[in-house]
Amino acid sequence: MYKIIEKRELAPGIKLIKVLAPEIAKKAKAGQFVILRVDKTGERIPLTLADWDQKEGTITLVFLEVGVSTKKLGRLNKDDVILNLLGPLGNPTEVKDYGSVCVVGGGVGIAAAYPIARALKEAGNKIVSIIGARSANLLIFEDEMKEYSDEIYISTDDGTKGYKGFVSDLLKDLLVKGYKFDMVYAVGPALMMRAVADVTRPYKIKTIVSLNPIMVDGMGMCGACRVIVGGKTRFTCVDGPEFDAHEVDFTELVRRQRAFIEEEKKALEIFERGELL
Amino acid sequence: MSKRDRFKSVPMPKQPPHERIRNFNEVALGYTEEQALMEAERCLQCAEPQCVKGCPVEIDIPAFIKLLREGKFREAIMKIKEKNSLPAVCGRVCPQEDQCQKDCVLGKKGDPVQIGRLERFLADWEREHGVELPEKKPYTGKRVAVIGSGPAGLTLAGDLAKLGHEVVVFEALHEPGGVLMYGIPEFRLPKSIVQAEIEYIKKLGITIKTDTLIGRLYTIPELLNEEGFDAVFIGTGAGPPIFMGIPGENLSGIYSANEFLIRVNLMRSYLFPKWDTPIKVGDKVAVIGAGNVAMDAARCSLRLGAKEVHIVYRRSRAEMPARKEEIENAEEEGVLFDILTLPVAYYGDEKGWVRKIECIKMQLSEPDETGRRRPVPIPGSNFMMDIDTVIVAIGRRPNPLIQQTTPGLKVNEDGTIVVDENMRTSIEGVYAGGDIVTGEATVISAMGAGRKAAKSIHEYLMKRKK
Ligand SMILES: Cc1cc2nc3c(=O)[nH]c(=O)nc-3n(C[C@H](O)[C@H](O)[C@H](O)COP(=O)(O)OP(=O)(O)OC[C@H]3O[C@@H](n4cnc5c(N)ncnc54)[C@H](O)[C@@H]3O)c2cc1C
Ligand SMILES: Cc1cc2nc3c(=O)[nH]c(=O)nc-3n(C[C@H](O)[C@H](O)[C@H](O)COP(=O)(O)OP(=O)(O)OC[C@H]3O[C@@H](n4cnc5c(N)ncnc54)[C@H](O)[C@@H]3O)c2cc1C
Ligand code: SF4
Ligand code: FES
Repeated sequence: MYKIIEKRELAPGIKLIKVLAPEIAKKAKAGQFVILRVDKTGERIPLTLADWDQKEGTITLVFLEVGVSTKKLGRLNKDDVILNLLGPLGNPTEVKDYGSVCVVGGGVGIAAAYPIARALKEAGNKIVSIIGARSANLLIFEDEMKEYSDEIYISTDDGTKGYKGFVSDLLKDLLVKGYKFDMVYAVGPALMMRAVADVTRPYKIKTIVSLNPIMVDGMGMCGACRVIVGGKTRFTCVDGPEFDAHEVDFTELVRRQRAFIEEEKKALEIFERGELL
Repeated sequence: MSKRDRFKSVPMPKQPPHERIRNFNEVALGYTEEQALMEAERCLQCAEPQCVKGCPVEIDIPAFIKLLREGKFREAIMKIKEKNSLPAVCGRVCPQEDQCQKDCVLGKKGDPVQIGRLERFLADWEREHGVELPEKKPYTGKRVAVIGSGPAGLTLAGDLAKLGHEVVVFEALHEPGGVLMYGIPEFRLPKSIVQAEIEYIKKLGITIKTDTLIGRLYTIPELLNEEGFDAVFIGTGAGPPIFMGIPGENLSGIYSANEFLIRVNLMRSYLFPKWDTPIKVGDKVAVIGAGNVAMDAARCSLRLGAKEVHIVYRRSRAEMPARKEEIENAEEEGVLFDILTLPVAYYGDEKGWVRKIECIKMQLSEPDETGRRRPVPIPGSNFMMDIDTVIVAIGRRPNPLIQQTTPGLKVNEDGTIVVDENMRTSIEGVYAGGDIVTGEATVISAMGAGRKAAKSIHEYLMKRKK
């Protein structure tokens, strides 16, 4: 059992929780994730480590409420407990001094990009970050990202804040203007990561994305998280979650993410009517 | 009783097929006391019992059958437990027809004594009448870390606890039990039985830490050097599913058997949406492979509402690796067998959901130098099958994380861990056993390995001056 010691709503439908998990906090590294199960009948869902504090013994998770599991999690309050928490999982980000790195975060993915930006900054890189959301009120982790960015750019789909358009458009603008990056990191929805990959491909900039397929065990035993990278099937939970964006088959990733969409919709309807509690 | 034909075994009651394919309750119902006594009566109490030779852990079979026969059920189960710590499990899932029952003298002329069913009867009797805790040796001050809570790890943990050592079992999943919990379905091995076995082992004083992935949270060197353990046992079993690598294999609706069974058993998908983890099974299911895992997946599919379930297997019936009883059960339930058939590609619809398999017919070659007949494709025999769910059950590799994170640990080419005859690995104080050493095998062999390793670790700990 893992106790929630802090809970905040960052934006409509986006919540942050701090959970007491000293062993995980001690081992956590940028780019890693956990798998949790809210309660006895719960699903195992993966969430990226948005932050951790060894001294306090806590980890921070930021999530978007999209379905039953994330909504259940969102209903928990300070002092409530999460039944199961497994981590840290996945390979950490390869942190070294690449030179100039552009870190792109989209939506709730900004929180997942934050530890990567921080680690890369601390390793001596120049960090240019691009963060974006659908609308100004959905933009999260702006201050946190600023702290570790040499330059920061903001976009919103509707133009309510910063550049009007997608983060990938903004990245393209910068590249057209002559910005030079040794590396691009992108974390966010699959379609956003694909768009970033498409932008950087002609410039031949090494681009890393953190993939988010459906997972079950998170330790390499089921293959639910399989993706095609460079023509080969890889398991995201143990071989990733970070892969070379230019090698990823995003079409298949998106398709596989939608495998249970009808069941998820049905469950959500029942849940919202209060029949599952 | 004496009128009964000695060569005919007492049949075990089962749920009728048309009923059982609509529920997840146990199929085989077990002997009543009367039936058990009647079956036990058949045993000839051989002076040189062949059954014992066939048992991987050498249970004194005639002795326990004699005690059963005399109505001394408590003594009979204790006799089994001298060698087997998980009789309620083994009585249900051991391939007895290849082990103890294979060479039972009665089998020469008729049915062998149904040793497994008797074992199950006694274990169930004990559970209902209260399990007696064995005596524990005084605390030795030694601490052992066990990685993985499958039959190997659990057996070892129980044995070492009885010898007075402090044992902590680390399990990555949220429930202990290994394959017994996440793989073998409820209708073949009820989870309440596995849980009862685990409760028993816990009562011996061991600690089970779930949600703990060794290799990530702690490495083996950390367990030994920082966390204060004197020895480590690796019982991490098999994990990563093997895929065939044919076109279309990542279409939605194609599961590895492990994913499918983890969803159904560990995550109770058959209770969706009351339980949150979804599963989707179409009308026509193809299960690739013909081992126990394939039979389990096929039979789960039926219970989840599939109208037609095919086992697609590239060899012939005689080579099917599953237990005979499970093949029969599957057949009774209406599973179809497409033998000498090999999938070569999958095709999906516009949403990326699998709709068709292309297969090729196979024939068995002349026996090669090893005497084995290999399946070879018949050119031009390709054909299409309409299906909307595929479960790939062609095997699993050893879990690799420990091997990757333990410097100096000797590993075979296939990823299994190298041990000597005393289950010692290449690192002092580190032992291994079960599927992680043998590759995919059986519950009883994993249990036997745990037992052997416990003995070996005990000797090591008692010799070592701290
Ligand atoms: C490595 C990794 C890290 C992630 N980090 C974060 C994060 O930090 N914050 C965040 O908000 N989300 C994150 N996600 C996505 C998050 O896991 C899903 O949104 C969540 O599982 C949805 O569950 P649900 O029941 O609420 O929604 P559902 O109704 O089940 O599904 C909604 C959508 O979420 C996706 N999804 C469903 N089940 C899973 C599953 N078991 N695993 C992955 N995706 C699934 C599907 O694409 C689906 O269409 C991450 C995913 C992965 C793989
Ligand atoms: C579907 C299915 C049906 C089967 N049917 C039969 C049958 O009828 N009869 C029979 O005799 N055998 C059967 N088997 C085989 C049998 O279950 C196995 O041989 C046996 O369970 C192996 O035991 P084990 O203790 O070595 O490992 P497992 O039972 O595989 O347990 C290993 C445990 O270690 C955990 N683990 C792995 N890595 C780590 C890590 N790094 N840190 C912490 N924990 C970790 C895993 O989560 C798992 O719980 C079947 C197998 C399957 C999959
Ligand atoms: S071989 Fe058969 S008949 Fe002989 S002792 Fe064993 S179970 Fe009894
Ligand atoms: S989530 Fe099961 S293998 Fe990756």
